[in-house]
Amino acid sequence: MDIGSMTVRAAVDGLRARQFSSVELTRAVLDAISAGDGVIGAYTWVDAADALKQAAAADAARAAGATGLLLGVPLAIKDILNVEGQPCTCASKILTGYTSPYDATVIARLRAAGAVFAGRTNLDEFAMGSTTENSALQVTRNPAAPDRVPGGSSGGSAAAVAGGMALAALGTDTGGSIRQPASFCGCVGLKPSYGRVSRYGLVAFASSLDQIGPMTKTVEDAALLLRVMAGRDPHDATSLDRDVPDYTAALTGDLKGLRLGLPREYFVAGLDPEVARRVQEAVARCRQCGAEIVDVSLPHTEYAVATYYILASAEASTNLARFDGVRYGHRSAVPATTPIEMYLNTRAEGFGLEVKRRIILGTYVLSSGYYDAYYSHAQRVRTLIRRDFEEAFKRCDALLTPVSPDPAYRIGETADDPLKAYLIDIFTVTANLAGICGLAVPCGTTDAGLPVGVQVLAPAFAEGTLMRIGHAYERAREVRP
Amino acid sequence: MRPTYRVSIGLEVHVQLTTRTKLFCGCTTSFGATPNTCVCPVCLGYPGAMPVMNREAVRLTLVSGLMLGCSINTFSTFDRKSYFYPDMPKNYQISQFDKPLCLEGGVDIPLPDDGGRRIRLVRIHLEEDVAKSTHEAGWSGVDFNRAGTPLMEIVTQPDMTSADEASAFLTALRQILLYVEVSACNLEEGNMRCDVNVSIRPPGQDPLGTKVEIKNMNTVSGVHDALQYEIARQSEVLDAGGRIVQETRRWDPDNGVTVVMRTKEDAHDYRYFPEPDLLPVVTAADQIEALRRSLPELPAVRRERLARQYGIPGYDAAVLAADRVLADFFEAVAHRCGAGKTASNWIMTDVLRLVAAHGTPVQACALTPDALAELIGLVDARTINALTAKALLEELFLAGGSPTEQVRARGLAQVTDTGALDAWVDAVMQANPKTVADWRAGKQAAAGFLVGQVMKRSHGKADPKVVGRLVAERLAQQNG
Repeated sequence: MDIGSMTVRAAVDGLRARQFSSVELTRAVLDAISAGDGVIGAYTWVDAADALKQAAAADAARAAGATGLLLGVPLAIKDILNVEGQPCTCASKILTGYTSPYDATVIARLRAAGAVFAGRTNLDEFAMGSTTENSALQVTRNPAAPDRVPGGSSGGSAAAVAGGMALAALGTDTGGSIRQPASFCGCVGLKPSYGRVSRYGLVAFASSLDQIGPMTKTVEDAALLLRVMAGRDPHDATSLDRDVPDYTAALTGDLKGLRLGLPREYFVAGLDPEVARRVQEAVARCRQCGAEIVDVSLPHTEYAVATYYILASAEASTNLARFDGVRYGHRSAVPATTPIEMYLNTRAEGFGLEVKRRIILGTYVLSSGYYDAYYSHAQRVRTLIRRDFEEAFKRCDALLTPVSPDPAYRIGETADDPLKAYLIDIFTVTANLAGICGLAVPCGTTDAGLPVGVQVLAPAFAEGTLMRIGHAYERAREVRP
Repeated sequence: MRPTYRVSIGLEVHVQLTTRTKLFCGCTTSFGATPNTCVCPVCLGYPGAMPVMNREAVRLTLVSGLMLGCSINTFSTFDRKSYFYPDMPKNYQISQFDKPLCLEGGVDIPLPDDGGRRIRLVRIHLEEDVAKSTHEAGWSGVDFNRAGTPLMEIVTQPDMTSADEASAFLTALRQILLYVEVSACNLEEGNMRCDVNVSIRPPGQDPLGTKVEIKNMNTVSGVHDALQYEIARQSEVLDAGGRIVQETRRWDPDNGVTVVMRTKEDAHDYRYFPEPDLLPVVTAADQIEALRRSLPELPAVRRERLARQYGIPGYDAAVLAADRVLADFFEAVAHRCGAGKTASNWIMTDVLRLVAAHGTPVQACALTPDALAELIGLVDARTINALTAKALLEELFLAGGSPTEQVRARGLAQVTDTGALDAWVDAVMQANPKTVADWRAGKQAAAGFLVGQVMKRSHGKADPKVVGRLVAERLAQQNG
């Protein structure tokens, strides 16, 4: 069994046809991890015995007549989603020793559909970063070029899928953390609309921006997984009560009647020429598939990164306040005489530099006297960015853009320049600020063999449109078999 | 000469709402459970857990607001209030900053000299309670059972001018909240706590003086005592030419003093910002109207109505109206027996005596308004006498039942048949010749003793009025 080419769809069909069992499939995934992950470092935690136990249970359930949509399908989970009984480190020292007492809602839904949770994948600490280099646990390498980063923050999930060590994975996306690593590693990454998937059980980075999404080998697999993951959850007040369609039904293979917009602010001087070329080729393919291509403008794009870092850091500064050593996780062994002293020691030891930088930034922008200048101002700009998209979507059904200005960086390349690292997110943060959905689909490689992705953006809850476009392009593309 | 300073007092009252479950999760709010057993990932602030609004807590806050004459914010939002303390599971509290559920309103307090005055409210908002810390020698513990319990915070204008007014406000507020059953308002269980702000200024000075906050008071008498102490302390400082320092103090009831907790320099920057995990609470005008229609009378309004409608003294009306259940009980009895004054007399003297003697509130006793009205009817019809009625009342209070049936079954009916009474009177006269002689010698009280003896012989069932008449007649005959 070649996990490198095995899709979720193929696994589901194979399991149903009894071509292989879940135990066999899960063992193949575990073998691939054993063989490949020593170099790549995608997984932070794998419990082979437990995974095989889940797989055996799935096989037994099938033998007893169960027919879950994902019955027996092993998945990799970003190490920031709670899975009952498993660790959830968020790639941070501060959660050392923490074991999840509950399932995140997405996990509960996937579990109900029969999925097997085979292992947990690396990330930038608390999802703060674009290279996975901010993990306190380990380095993750890009399977396409091991001297390069896999992108981030869902770098472990992207590397596991692209590196043939998972059928599919879950990632989370606050400012591009699913789409950008998918693009860097060469897999499909979907960020659903805000409110489409419950966030309950996702360790919050920025609550008004976070979404959980699938990272897969094909658009069809993303459609399959989203169907199970999406929908209103009484535990998440921000999840919306909207129908969850069968997204695979939208995969018609053609783009006739669709208008696709090219936002001129996303095709600018700083864009790597090879990335620009690959994306333009993808645009041409879409035209060949029947889409009409139009130029549009998103005039407030240049303020998006600043807006994002103010709002995301503000929310993060409070979301991360709970890590204090009182109830769970790391507690400093340094003797303290007051609770505050204990917090200071615990948090100083437990958080990495980038997390501390954002907590301080967020605390600053919410402080008395600075709130209006930063936080309130950023909220107003966020509204303008959202309106930009509303205007653009009056002229087209979806947008085509690059995912990232560059292909994957060399390990260490962006480490000393946080501002440069923040600007990597320029084409992805806007979707989170506007609450719309976005999809990254591989669109070839650079001459050096580095994967490049094209991003499709569609209005909130138009995931069906995204899938249709991504799927049609995927079929028209020559790059992958 | 020492000037009389003008005092300004404002209160922030925290009231625990009587919801079955906590504000943002399904954990029970029950009091007194084993520490850290009524908890879940949400109220423990576990990674990834999210709050979900308890609609009942919102409803109770809106009901309170309407009762207190507030205007309702039809678009109300929640905010994160950040500060680090071990009793705060998330190290931020979900509270409300600039769009609270209720605005303005007020409470009328009775004053001995000028009849009454309105204490204006600034706002009422909803927030989550923190956990409870305990400090022992060498260690501290945190019990998260209380964490996440819904708290309603009522903020007043600095309209109170004395410790007495602050007490009167709290008493009136408590009555109103008990009326709408939004809180148990049980001080011992910490259902109602308050922070007190007080400042003084010389007469003639318009702007308020520097305020001092006294934190976390949980009894009305404590608030009163702390305020008296603090007003005197501040007066002494000003008398001596000093300045009041803006600070937060704590009331030490054992020593009867307030003690500094922190000064303004240590003031928190709470960094309020909108809670992204919760949607705004939008309340439609028709929902507000429906709530308004369901409201009971205010205690003060009811007090006036009871006095007017039933012709009872103002004092009785005040006692009855102070407790909604008691007032309901009274009105039910009054309607059934058709005599408000009599009903009031029975409740004020006999029922409340039993309430006090047995420590059982009216809502928990076995006596129904029907039974009391029936009992009053039996006395009015002279079926039983007052003595029997009082003994029977206690039985009804403790064990319930119908007085008519009790009277029938146990033969408690008053004996008014003069044949039977004559026989008892004769027997008593014969058995007590000395008393009869005393009476003849002019000792009037001797007649009373004879009546008492007849009553005893009748086992309390004789009609005392008839017995009195018969004894008087017999004595007069013997005299003649």
